[in-house]
Amino acid sequence: MQTQLGNAAFPRLLRRSLSYIPSILYSLHSLLNLFHFFRFLSNSSPQSQKHKEMASPFLSNTTISFSSSLSSSSLPRIAPSIPFSSIRSNSTPRRILTVRSKIREIFMPALSSTMTEGKIVSWVKSEGDVLSKGESVVVVESDKADMDVETFYDGILAAIVVGEGETAPVGAAIGILAETEDEIAEAKAKAASKSGASTPSAPPPAPAPGAASTPGPPKSTPAPAAPTVAEGPRKTVATPFAKKLAKQHKVDIESVVGTGPYGRITPEDIEAAAGLSPSKKNVGLAVVVETKPAAPAKAPAASAAPSSLPPPVPGSTVVPFTTMQAAVSKNMVESLSVPTFRVGYPVTTDALDALYEKVKPKGVTMTALLAKAAAMALAQHPLVNSSCKDGKSFTYNSNINIAVAVAINGGLITPVLQDADKLDLYLLSQKWKELVEKARAKQLQPQEYNSGTFTLSNLGMFGVDRFDAILPPGQGAIMAVGASKPTVVADADGFFSVKNKMLVNVTADHRIIYGADLAAFLQTFSKIVENPESLTL
Amino acid sequence: MHSTLSFSRATTVPTTNYAFHSQSPINLRFCGLRREAFGISILTRSSSGRVRLSTRGRSKRISASTGNNGTPPKSFDYDLIIIGAGVGGHGAALHAVEKGLKTAIIEGDVVGGTCVNRGCVPSKALLAVSGRMRELQSEHHMKALGLQVSAAGYDRQGVAGHANNLASEIRSNLTNSMKALGVDILTGFGTIVGPQKVKYGKVGFTDNVVTAKDIIIATGSVPFVPKGIEVDGKTVITSDHALKLEFVPDWIAIVGSGYIGLEFSDVYTALGSEVTFIEALDQLMPGFDPEISKLAQRVLINPRKIDYHTGVFATKITPARDGKPVIIELTDAKTKEHKDTLEVDAALIATGRAPFTNGLGLENINVVTQRGFVPVDERMRVIDANGNLVPHLYCIGDANGKMMLAHAASAQGISVVEQVTGRDHVLNHLSVPAACFTHPEISMVGLTEPQAREKAVKEGFEISVAKTSFKANTKALAENEGEGLAKLIYRPDNGEILGVHIFGLHAADLIHEASNAIALGTRIQDIKFAVHAHPTLSEVLDELFKSAKVLDMKTLRKMKS
Repeated sequence: MQTQLGNAAFPRLLRRSLSYIPSILYSLHSLLNLFHFFRFLSNSSPQSQKHKEMASPFLSNTTISFSSSLSSSSLPRIAPSIPFSSIRSNSTPRRILTVRSKIREIFMPALSSTMTEGKIVSWVKSEGDVLSKGESVVVVESDKADMDVETFYDGILAAIVVGEGETAPVGAAIGILAETEDEIAEAKAKAASKSGASTPSAPPPAPAPGAASTPGPPKSTPAPAAPTVAEGPRKTVATPFAKKLAKQHKVDIESVVGTGPYGRITPEDIEAAAGLSPSKKNVGLAVVVETKPAAPAKAPAASAAPSSLPPPVPGSTVVPFTTMQAAVSKNMVESLSVPTFRVGYPVTTDALDALYEKVKPKGVTMTALLAKAAAMALAQHPLVNSSCKDGKSFTYNSNINIAVAVAINGGLITPVLQDADKLDLYLLSQKWKELVEKARAKQLQPQEYNSGTFTLSNLGMFGVDRFDAILPPGQGAIMAVGASKPTVVADADGFFSVKNKMLVNVTADHRIIYGADLAAFLQTFSKIVENPESLTL
Repeated sequence: MHSTLSFSRATTVPTTNYAFHSQSPINLRFCGLRREAFGISILTRSSSGRVRLSTRGRSKRISASTGNNGTPPKSFDYDLIIIGAGVGGHGAALHAVEKGLKTAIIEGDVVGGTCVNRGCVPSKALLAVSGRMRELQSEHHMKALGLQVSAAGYDRQGVAGHANNLASEIRSNLTNSMKALGVDILTGFGTIVGPQKVKYGKVGFTDNVVTAKDIIIATGSVPFVPKGIEVDGKTVITSDHALKLEFVPDWIAIVGSGYIGLEFSDVYTALGSEVTFIEALDQLMPGFDPEISKLAQRVLINPRKIDYHTGVFATKITPARDGKPVIIELTDAKTKEHKDTLEVDAALIATGRAPFTNGLGLENINVVTQRGFVPVDERMRVIDANGNLVPHLYCIGDANGKMMLAHAASAQGISVVEQVTGRDHVLNHLSVPAACFTHPEISMVGLTEPQAREKAVKEGFEISVAKTSFKANTKALAENEGEGLAKLIYRPDNGEILGVHIFGLHAADLIHEASNAIALGTRIQDIKFAVHAHPTLSEVLDELFKSAKVLDMKTLRKMKS
C-alpha cells in the first residue's frame, strides 16, 4: 500500500515549497482507506444481521461532517505566486498604492478565494536584506497550503511588521519595503505605526500623487551610512534567542534592561518583561556548564514571578486552531445560513464491484469510479450541479468539477477532479493519484481545491453505513457515501437474493434544489452504478 | 622491519659501515623484493604510454643516485613514500601494500591527520551527543512517541572525553592496520629535496634522506583564519580547539556557515548555547543546492536559538580579556563599510581550511603553489611552474584543493596507486558524495541544480528534477522524523544521474546508492528496478528513482523529427 502511494512523485513542484510544519503529518492511513474501501467490502464476512434499508432521508442522529469542503467555486482565481502591493489592489480597491515615496507595504496575499487570514510560516528574508524582483520573501500558510510569496519590486526589506508564527488578515501590511537605504528610517517609522495593531490601516494621506521627489517627513535621515543601528553611547546587546522571544512576545527590546553578562539582554530578561514565567526548557535543562568567571551571578529579575494568568483547569490543554482548522470552523458556521435537506438512496453495487475488479489492474480507483458516476449523473441534472450565490438566482456551472473530501491529519482538503464527466476513467484515476500526492505534500494549487461544483465524501471504509454531510458554502449539493454491504433483498416475485447495497445520502441547498430534483438525480446515479458499463466508455 | 630501515639509510647516507652491510645476505632479501617490484613497474610503465616522462625521470634519478653513494641505479629505498598519514595517506598506503609496493609513510604529527584527530571523527562524537540531547529535549517529539523523559542534562567533561576517546581509538586502529601490513611509519616532517628523494626528521635531530620510485604528497590542511582575527584558543577558537569542548559558551558566534560551522551550530545549540552565524556571502549555507539550503535553513536555523548576519566579513575579532567580551567587527562584504559590532562569549572560526604545504620543499623541484595548493592534473600528477608534469610526484587530498574531504583524499590516493602500478585511472569527482552531519543530515553527490542547468545549456541537453519527501516514507514517520527532501537531477533523454541531494533522517548513509550509481554509470531506467527492503529509509531513494521520467526511444525519436 505504501509503495503504491509513494511511487507517484510530485509531478512538478512549481514554486511551492513543501510544508515545513512538523506538526502536520499527513495521515497516510485515511488516504489509503479512501482508495481501498472497496476491499473492505469484498472481505466483509456475510452478515447475519439484516441491514435495515435507510428509513428516512433525514438522519438526525448520525455523525456530522467528516466531509465538508472548504472551497467555493468560481470566485476569481489567483495566480500561484502572488505579488504583493499594488497588484493586490484588484481585490481590495481602496488600497491603491500611490508612488508617494518609494516605500511599499508588503501585504498578506490572498492565496485562495476562501482565505481571510494567513499565518507567516517564516520570513525568508530578514530586515535589512536587499530584495530583487522575483525573490521569495516570506512563506505564508494559508488554509490550504504553504506558499512562497515573491516581491515584484527591487528594494530593501526595511521592517517586518508581522513576525513568524503570527497571523494577519488578508490585505494587512506584513512588512515594509524601502527602495533605498535612505528610506529605511522612514519605513521603520511607518512600520512602528503599523505594528501593534495588525489590522490594515488606511493608506497614509498622499500629499500629491506623483510627487515622489520631496518626501519631507519631519524625521530626516542624516546619512546613508549606519542605516540600521542608531549610534548611541551604548548599544543594546541581545542574544539571538532573546531577540526571537522579543519578536514573538512583541517586547520592545530597547526598553528592556539586560541582566546578562556585560549587561546584555538574555532570554530570561525578555520573558520577565513579557510577564512570563521562565521557560520550562531552561529549567529542565540541567546543564552542568561552568559559568564563566566573569559572568556576574545571574540576578533573576525580581519581577520574574508573575501571578497574572489564572491556572487552567487541571488536565486540560488548549491547542489553538491551525490555519486550516480555522478555515474549516469558519466555513462550518457559514454553512448554517443555507437551508439544506437530505435525501438518501440505496444503490446496488454488485456490477460496480465486478467492474472495479476488472479495471483495478489498470490503475483505476474506486474514488475515480464514484466521481465518474456522479459526474455522469450530474450531466443529466445540471440543476444539482448549480449553486446559489446570492439567494436570488441560480448559478449554473458549465463544468462538472467533483471535489472529493480527503482527511489529512489535523485538517481536511477537497482536491477537485475537473471536468470529471469529460475525462475517461483512466485519465481520471491518473489525475486523482496526482492530486492526492500533491495534497499530501501540501502543494495543491488554489484551483485544484476550490473549483469544485459538487462534493463527494466517503466514510464507507470505516464501516459507516450512512452519514450526513454538511453542504460546503458555494455548492449546491454534497454526496455522502456509506459502506456497501451484502443485504438480503426480495424482488417483485417474492424471491430472495443477497446483493451488495450501498447507501448514499445527498445534502442539498433547498433554495435551488428541491426534493424531486434530488430524487431524480439519485435515481440516475443509481442506474449508472447498477449498469456501470457506460463508465468505461 | 628494522633491517629495512637500516638498509634504507645505507643507500642514502654515505657511511661505509652501512654500505658494507648492504652486501650482507640479510639485505639481499629486501633487495630482491624491491627489484622484483621495480621490474614489474618498468614493464607496465612502458606500456602505459608515458615513456617520455619516465625516461626523463630515470636519467635524473641515475645521476642523483650515483652522485650520492655509488649504489646501482634503479635502486630505491621504497616503491612509494607518502608524506602525511591522514586518511588520504592511509588509504593510499593500504592499497599500495595490496598492490605489492614497498611503502613508507612519513608523519610529523600524529597518525590520522585532521579527520581522525581534529575533524570528522571527534566531531561525530559530539554530534552523536547533540543528536540525543536534541531528541530528549524535544518535548513535542517525545510526547508524539509516547515517551516521558525528565530533564535531560549532560556533563561537559564526559562529552569531551567521548570525543577524545573516539579519536584515539580510531588513531590506534589506523596505526595498527598500517603496521600490521608492513607499512613503515617514519616520524618527522617530510621535505622533498629532489626528484624521488625525501628527507624527514624531527626538529633538532639530524635528517634522514630516503628515496622512492614514486612520492605522494598528502599533507592535508589546517583551519584557515582570515587576517584580523586573533585566535587565542580559549574564547576565539578554530575547529581544532572546539572539538576538545573545553567550555560551552552561553553565546558563540560562528564565522562561516559551511559544513563545519553548521555542524558546530548543531552541537552548541543542543548543549544550550545560543549561536550567531556570520557569513560573507549573501546566503547561509553556500555550496549546497539552493533548494536544500533553503529547507535546511528552515529546519536547522530558524527554529533554533540562532541568528545570523549575511553579506558581512568579520574583519576584526578580539578575544575576551580585561573583563571585556569577545568583540567582533562586522564589515559589509560589498561596500567595505563598518556595519555592526558584536559582543559574544566566544567565536568559532569556521571559514574553511588552508592547505598545509609550507616547508614541503616544493621549490627544490620547481613547483609553485597556488594559494598554498599544490597544482595537479586530473590524475593527481603534480604540475611544475612551467606547466610540465613532475615525474613520479603526486599530490592528493586537501593539499591539492580539488575536493577537501577525507574520503576524496583516500579515493585520490587509491587512484594514484592504481596508476603507479600500471593501471590508468582517473577518479570521477562527481561521484564523490559529501555529507553534513547535522540533525537531520544533509548529503549530496554530483551537481547542484544551478550547476546542472549551466552544464545543460552549455552542452545542449535537457535536465529534469524529481523530488520525494520523507513525509511519504513509512520508516521516517515511524521515527517521527518526516521532515526531509530528496532531490534528483537527471537527463530525461538518457537517464543519466547528474546529482542527488538529500536532507533528512540519515541522509549521509542514504547517499551512497546514488554515488555508486554515478560512479558505475548506472542509469535511472536500470536502477529503478532494484529492490529495497520495506519499510526502510532507503525507499526514499527508491521512490526518487521511480518518480523520474526517462523518455523512451519512441518519444525521443518523435521529438527529434
